[in-house]
Amino acid sequence: MLRPLHPVAPGTRTVLGIAFFVLFVAFWAWITLGGHVNRIFLADPLSMLKDGWRLLTEDRFWLDILITIWRVFGGFVLASIVAVPIGIAMGAWKPVEAFLEPFVSFARYLPASAFIPLLILWAGIGELEKLLVIFVGSVFQIILIIAVKVGATRRDLVEAAYTLGATDNGIVKRVIMPANAPEIAETLRLVLGWAWTYVIVAELIGSSSGIGYMIINSQSRLATGQIIFGIIVIGLIGLLSDFAFKALNRWLYPWSLA
Amino acid sequence: MSKLLIEGVSRTFAGVRGGEPVRALRPVELSVSANDFITILGPSGCGKSTLLRIVAGLEAPSTGRVLLDGKAVTRPGPDRGMVFQSYTLFPWLTVAENIGFGLREQGRPERERNEIVASYVDLVGLRGFENHWPKQLSGGMQQRTAIARALANDPAILLLDEPFGALDNQTRGLMQELLLGIWERRKKTVLFVTHDIEEAIFMASRVIVMSARPGRIKSDVPVDLPHPRHYTLKTSPEFSALKAQLTEDIRIEAMRTAQEQSA
Ligand SMILES: Nc1ncnc2c1ncn2[C@@H]1O[C@H](COP(=O)(O)OP(=O)(O)OP(=O)(O)O)[C@@H](O)[C@H]1O
Ligand SMILES: [Mg+2]
Repeated sequence: MLRPLHPVAPGTRTVLGIAFFVLFVAFWAWITLGGHVNRIFLADPLSMLKDGWRLLTEDRFWLDILITIWRVFGGFVLASIVAVPIGIAMGAWKPVEAFLEPFVSFARYLPASAFIPLLILWAGIGELEKLLVIFVGSVFQIILIIAVKVGATRRDLVEAAYTLGATDNGIVKRVIMPANAPEIAETLRLVLGWAWTYVIVAELIGSSSGIGYMIINSQSRLATGQIIFGIIVIGLIGLLSDFAFKALNRWLYPWSLA
Repeated sequence: MSKLLIEGVSRTFAGVRGGEPVRALRPVELSVSANDFITILGPSGCGKSTLLRIVAGLEAPSTGRVLLDGKAVTRPGPDRGMVFQSYTLFPWLTVAENIGFGLREQGRPERERNEIVASYVDLVGLRGFENHWPKQLSGGMQQRTAIARALANDPAILLLDEPFGALDNQTRGLMQELLLGIWERRKKTVLFVTHDIEEAIFMASRVIVMSARPGRIKSDVPVDLPHPRHYTLKTSPEFSALKAQLTEDIRIEAMRTAQEQSA
């Protein structure tokens, strides 16, 4: 019945996908409501929802959500604006790649979270510092992935364009860039997911607002329901932005669809 | 004066990872008159693509030079249109945009571009498919678009590297007639690489047979069959005689290749 690589019907796929969530929540409810773990360490699903509702209605948690979203997108857009042109330049012109690639490969492994103390010294604990954490975490990744993708542009298309009279400039603008646009967009979608991790780390340290701040704040009050609610909110927003990004890519690049 | 002059062109590729250098092409001399339809026939690996790529300027010769209208070829350019064996339409452009690509690169105004594109869409029978993406087309339609794309630049010479190699027999026959029909009407200098003997004779005003690798020109056979040509020509006695002659030539070369590979 289970044949390797055999596709599953769309309806079954949805049912199976939801089934795991149900199982997961059921297990959670069983160990918490059934008294198998200490309630101080893990809230049950119902009190999590209650805590969440109180956060939203009384503690103006939605302001924290908005500020976190703004930080993620701000840092991510900044990183993209810098990284995409550099990545394309590195992929297209080999001397540029030879010049930058070793450094970028090295910088990619510098952990963004380890920069937080330094960034706080430089930029304070304001918004700029939060944006910079995300920037540092994303920019080298984007550069490197895009440089590799652009470097792998189909040579036969480049050659065809040359025989049609394209100049070097035309090759970059009208072959290399459009040929890689969907891949670049996919890369950005991927890195946006990682940016969510960086923002929370940035908010856990030296912050007075945002989802991460709420989470670290709840820890000292042992409000595990709030922590879990915060984590779930991040997951949901991540999922939504991912969907939106995917839809945007599909709309922008219909030719690349299978 | 000849349109295209290939003078002592040879090509040796550097060995891969310290291996022996590969001699792909021995010095080739060839002179092509304007509006000739030359087919280049040879066994696999004899350097046909290499020769064509040198003429296109995509590859530099190790020795010799190529002259087009008396000017030396140093880099690819719109005066030498090329149709590749693999599908090389730009996937992000529609059929019409693909055909207009070269015109756009040369900065021709949009109005003029649209007119030229429309005429080539008709010429290759793709009316109604102008706004399709390449991947929505069959292989034959993609190669027709590629031919139109190369022709739209009005190149001095058209280079085709086994353009119908990946097509089934029926489609291939239709494409041959289509291309020949265009050539009969518009007159163009054409270099057409193939390893199909019938195709080589049917299309050509001259068939160049190449030897096994390293390639050189083994024979140069004029084809004086009348135009316009119809597929029924392929069953005529004159055609069969030519075919028998070329088959023998090619067989010897193919056997030499096989021996070389087993040795
Ligand atoms: N870039 C390259 N580097 C090294 N060797 C090469 C390169 N390109 C071609 N060759 C070699 O040169 C020889 C001729 O290749 P070419 O592609 O011109 O053959 P061909 O006649 O077009 O063959 P086919 O009919 O199979 O397309 C082959 O032996 C090939 O391995
Ligand atoms: Mg070839």
